Amino acid sequence: MTTVVPLVCFALLGVGAVLILARLARGPSLLDRVVATDALLVTIACGIAVYCAVYEDISLEPVLLVVALLAFVGSVSVARYIGGMLVSTADPADRGADADLAGRPDARREGTP
Amino acid sequence: MSIADVIASVCLIAGCFLCLTAGLGLIRFPDVLNRMHAATKPQVLGVLLVMTGAVIRLAGQPIVWMLVLVGVFQLLTAPVSAHMVSRIAYRRRHVRRDLLLVDELGKPADPLPSRPHPEHPEGDPDVDEPADGPDATPRTTS
Repeated sequence: MTTVVPLVCFALLGVGAVLILARLARGPSLLDRVVATDALLVTIACGIAVYCAVYEDISLEPVLLVVALLAFVGSVSVARYIGGMLVSTADPADRGADADLAGRPDARREGTP
Repeated sequence: MSIADVIASVCLIAGCFLCLTAGLGLIRFPDVLNRMHAATKPQVLGVLLVMTGAVIRLAGQPIVWMLVLVGVFQLLTAPVSAHMVSRIAYRRRHVRRDLLLVDELGKPADPLPSRPHPEHPEGDPDVDEPADGPDATPRTTS
């Protein structure tokens, strides 16, 4: 229980966290980064819970609660922030979205110049 | 190693595997809504599996209720944050409209939305124009 299971769990979590970090660095728009941050915080919470479970150490469980709540507050506040940008400046927001698409050629529609 | 340890191990490894699938989906999928679809798998099912494994493993400790509380909070907050992020993504046009089969917030134009147009098999350019939601702000030309 204390040799194989944490090895497998932390290997899976580590590879997943590296992939999420790659999306967090590459993400063409701010919303991709919000989604990646959410997934990263969930991965961190899973890692803390696996540590608590495997080594039967309950000293980190308040951190688990804080991380779970912080993910919600962070993603909601950033989403509200982007929505506020959209409402206040309608036209530059559209140009910003187009610039995001222009920086990512695979997201451009086929057939449009 | 008892039966409870085996069940807890299986739950923990399954939850960690869902975190790995979230990473793979975030790398592979094309736009924000698809990436949200991948990233919300560990947010609910993965966290619940890991918390179930931890509760089985730590049963009898006085602080186990905190793990249950984390699971309940995830169930309550994951739909709210996903709804807000996807709504903003639709309004900011980070959604690839050519991958949508049904766009219920767009124009009510095409009677057969899932069939490819005979002249434009990639998507009818008249129908596929990006349209904002019904309560989007009117755009001012400056």
